[in-house]
Amino acid sequence: MTPPAAPLIRATDLTVSHAEPDRPVLSHVDFHIAPAEIVTVVGPNGSGKSTLVRALLGHVALDSGQVERAPGLRIGYVPQRVHVERSMPMTVRRFLSLPRRVGNADAAAALARTGVPGLEGRQITALSGGQFQRVLLARALLGDPQLLVLDEPTQGLDQPGIVAFYKLIEEVRAETGAAILMVSHDLLVVMRASDRVVCLNGHVCCEGTPQVVSAAPAYRALFGAEAQGTLALYRHHHDHDHDHVAQGHHHGPRCVQDH
Amino acid sequence: MLDDFLIRAALAGLGLVLATGALGSFVVWRRMAYFGDSTAHAAILGVALSFAFSLPIYLGTLAVAVAMALAVAQLAARGQAMDTVLGVLAHSALALGLVGVSFVPSLRVGLDAFLFGDILAVTRADLAWIWAGAAAVLGLLIWRWQRLVTASVNEELAMAAGIDPARERLILSLALALVVAIAIRLVGALLISAMLIIPAAAARGFSATPERMAGSATLIGALSVLGGLSASLWLDTPAGPSIVVISAGIYAFTLMVCRR
Repeated sequence: MTPPAAPLIRATDLTVSHAEPDRPVLSHVDFHIAPAEIVTVVGPNGSGKSTLVRALLGHVALDSGQVERAPGLRIGYVPQRVHVERSMPMTVRRFLSLPRRVGNADAAAALARTGVPGLEGRQITALSGGQFQRVLLARALLGDPQLLVLDEPTQGLDQPGIVAFYKLIEEVRAETGAAILMVSHDLLVVMRASDRVVCLNGHVCCEGTPQVVSAAPAYRALFGAEAQGTLALYRHHHDHDHDHVAQGHHHGPRCVQDH
Repeated sequence: MLDDFLIRAALAGLGLVLATGALGSFVVWRRMAYFGDSTAHAAILGVALSFAFSLPIYLGTLAVAVAMALAVAQLAARGQAMDTVLGVLAHSALALGLVGVSFVPSLRVGLDAFLFGDILAVTRADLAWIWAGAAAVLGLLIWRWQRLVTASVNEELAMAAGIDPARERLILSLALALVVAIAIRLVGALLISAMLIIPAAAARGFSATPERMAGSATLIGALSVLGGLSASLWLDTPAGPSIVVISAGIYAFTLMVCRR
């Protein structure tokens, strides 16, 4: 383990409420993310995951607490459910130049990096969900971010698409050294791709390495049967050297990852 | 040359189109069509006030249109359902304007000119107002173009880039108020939205980027103005509605040609 570097973002004692001040969406949440770290926030619907992200980005007013961002921090953001009106003509190339204009070579390189080379001339509204996610990621990468923030980046993708997307995220981290903050529903995959998992339900239920969190009673209480699956999978993944030969076939994470 | 009423009409129409091509594209992208209608209807109240207080009608309509834009922005920020708010404000403003007009005897006769426009009666002073207003709107849009387009694509993406979507929305609202003020003499309160929406909708079919759509909408608007004025001259039809009919024809044509 490397010694802890100064965090890119540190939030202390965040409390945020939308409508009713006595029922905050987030209460007394502490959060930090270090350079090159992959942190995933998991939690049930309405647990304040997106609100946490938006608070960290400074898009919502805080009831209490504070968010400190490293000076000049460059953030690449992929919001949840980006909907583009069909009335708006927009090629992929033009989209990459919003709001900061980028050169053709940079645009082509970013698209190639995210696995969708040559899409420049296509209309945004004609892309598949997976292609559009990758274009959004390419756009976020064009700002040379120190921190990538992805809110439910795999919504609407099928299982192979999800796995491929997380693989891409890991590659991006390895190449650029960017830290990555994700919000996700995909417990099984998230657990493998993250350095640290924060389990949120209005407050931080538990956090730590995927192994620690998947074994934590709070996490298992929150996610029930699915959590049991994560735990099993996680152990399977880490103990695989022993069993694999004897099993004949296995549908462990590696099997999925190869596709 | 400016002595010819037809030349003045053409110049006035082309000046207006300079602003409506780009602004109309935003109206289409952001679904502000109803908003445009509301602002335009409210302008009738502005006409009545201008006559009552002997102001230049451009100032009176501009003031009321701006007030309308700000009122809508306020109500929208409070979370009211947008089409309900606009429906209430648009028709209340129109009704209030018509009631106001009844107190201004000199206007009772000439009200048609402000409901349907009278582009053939444009004076040199009108031309100056129209071109100054259109240039201001176009300049404003070009100046903030990248921010406006980003905020129109997606507000979250805009915020992450340090753009305040509410501010860009307000800028568009104010630009719309200005266009309403300069357009009311030309095409009238009832047809201003048509000048904004129809050319932009026609341009959508064959445009790949926002810039091309704005440019094409401007050209289609210009063709409509020239075509409408010609039609008005030869067929003795009312000029404002003729312009709108021509652009509706172009829209129908592009629908058939650009099947998507």
